Amino acid sequence: MNSAISLNDVTAGYEHNIVFTRLSLEIPVGRFAGIVGPTGCGKTTLLKTILGMQPIFSGDVLLHGHPLDKVRRKSIGYVPQLGSIDWAFPVTVEEVIMMGLYTGKRVLPWPSKGERERVQDLAHRLGIYEILRHHIVNTSGGQRQRAFLARALINSPELLVLDEPTSGVDIKTQHEVLHLLGDINDEGVTILLTTHDLNAVASHLPWVICFNNGVVAQGEPCDIFTNEILTRTYGGDIVIVRHEGHFLIANSRPLHVMVDQP
Amino acid sequence: MEFLLEPLAYEFFRHGLLAALLVGSLCGVIGVYIILRSMSYVGHGLSHAAFGGAVVGFTLNLNFYAGAGAMGLLAALLINRITRNGRIKPDAAIGIVTTAMFALGVAIISQVRTFSQSFEAALFGNILGITGEDLLVIGLVTISTMIMIFFMYRPLLFSTFDNEAAQVFGIRTEAVQLIFSCLLTLSIIASMNVVGVTMIAATLITPAATARILTDSFSRMLIYSLIIGGITGITGIYLSYIFNAASGATIVLFGASLFCLALFASLVRKKLTMHTHLHRHGNLVHSHLHDHVHEHKHDAQHHEPR
Repeated sequence: MNSAISLNDVTAGYEHNIVFTRLSLEIPVGRFAGIVGPTGCGKTTLLKTILGMQPIFSGDVLLHGHPLDKVRRKSIGYVPQLGSIDWAFPVTVEEVIMMGLYTGKRVLPWPSKGERERVQDLAHRLGIYEILRHHIVNTSGGQRQRAFLARALINSPELLVLDEPTSGVDIKTQHEVLHLLGDINDEGVTILLTTHDLNAVASHLPWVICFNNGVVAQGEPCDIFTNEILTRTYGGDIVIVRHEGHFLIANSRPLHVMVDQP
Repeated sequence: MEFLLEPLAYEFFRHGLLAALLVGSLCGVIGVYIILRSMSYVGHGLSHAAFGGAVVGFTLNLNFYAGAGAMGLLAALLINRITRNGRIKPDAAIGIVTTAMFALGVAIISQVRTFSQSFEAALFGNILGITGEDLLVIGLVTISTMIMIFFMYRPLLFSTFDNEAAQVFGIRTEAVQLIFSCLLTLSIIASMNVVGVTMIAATLITPAATARILTDSFSRMLIYSLIIGGITGITGIYLSYIFNAASGATIVLFGASLFCLALFASLVRKKLTMHTHLHRHGNLVHSHLHDHVHEHKHDAQHHEPR
């Protein structure tokens, strides 16, 4: 099977803080995978390494078999953590989506007719056409997530990388976003995301990677979400309740209990 | 009308007026990116570094712009280099680099007191100081900066809004930042004799901040800021002539007045909108101010057939 992402013996991190050592990981083309792990375990660093934003100390990263500097940037879609966005910035939803086209050949500031049509078509598909002219601050969490997803999809990427797409939104929006990503994956787009929401992963994602400064385990949620693996990943007692093929994952000290409805 | 036409009889005033129009428009456009990139302190710092450079250049018998330009660009490059690994934050780097360069200029002036008078225009701005050479430099910098901003509109907007994603999408964000720093430095140097080192930061920021109050659209903000900057420059120069005050001070004071006016108008508009909103919905209590999304939702609910 061809690999969309291939990390071979990669050591990466910061000057005085190596986050992971000799990491090898393969994500096949067409996979829809979620990376889970505790805060500070290196999930975001792993994504940044894959995207070429994080210098690596050794090893190599290949996307669709090519080193990062040879990869066509339009083949990658990226949705950052929305917590870092300045929502008071004077841009409309349409302008945010349009930014995805700003790496093209056109240098004139205003969009061409074709560019505008592409944005409108995608906005229709993602259900945000009505809010295209709205200032970004006047949108809900789900609409913002869709706007940034549209920006990532505007160049029809082969690989979509999302950093915490389910954080800061309610459970209904989480469900909608993950369902939408499932539809995008059905069209052949490889998707890799990070999340803290184990229940959402269990109910929506076909593949999960448990990460804690390295890959602890990976596989289908039904095989991976065991007490032993999650305890090794999170370093604490995790309770897993299985009922008719559904999961309920919670901390044994029930401070944050989340229930999913697949 | 005569009081507007009378000063135009003087060449120095015509020079000053044209320079102020160009500098005001230039600072208006550059200022949009400065406030959205949270670089207000950079503008302030670079102007001080450029002043230090002008003094050093003078002692070496160099042209005013050569000394100021070399030191300003050196400061911009040093700040970029020092902050690259993230250990030293930009505000600290700006404080160290630009204040040291300014201090060098002050130290030289205090040693060679004979030429201290020559730098009064650079410190506080003076329309009498605008020469044909100044006009040429200001014109060239304004035209070249406007052309660069026009053709770099897309990468500049993307990297200003979301630098990390812009990098992933293939925009060379470090190069964009470097080019912008150079444009900013050139704009500051071109503006020094009109508004003065001590006033440049306000000239850069105020029109853009006023435009931000007036619109939520980035492209409109750029155009509004350019127009506000130009109007501020022209009016400031007239006020400078009428009240015989330093041109930098009158430009900044008029710009600040426009900002206050826009802020006041915005508050009044918000109050009126809230009033209309509450009036339309009777006793319905809203926890938000004017919000188009919620308003449309409420309107839709309100007009549903019963």
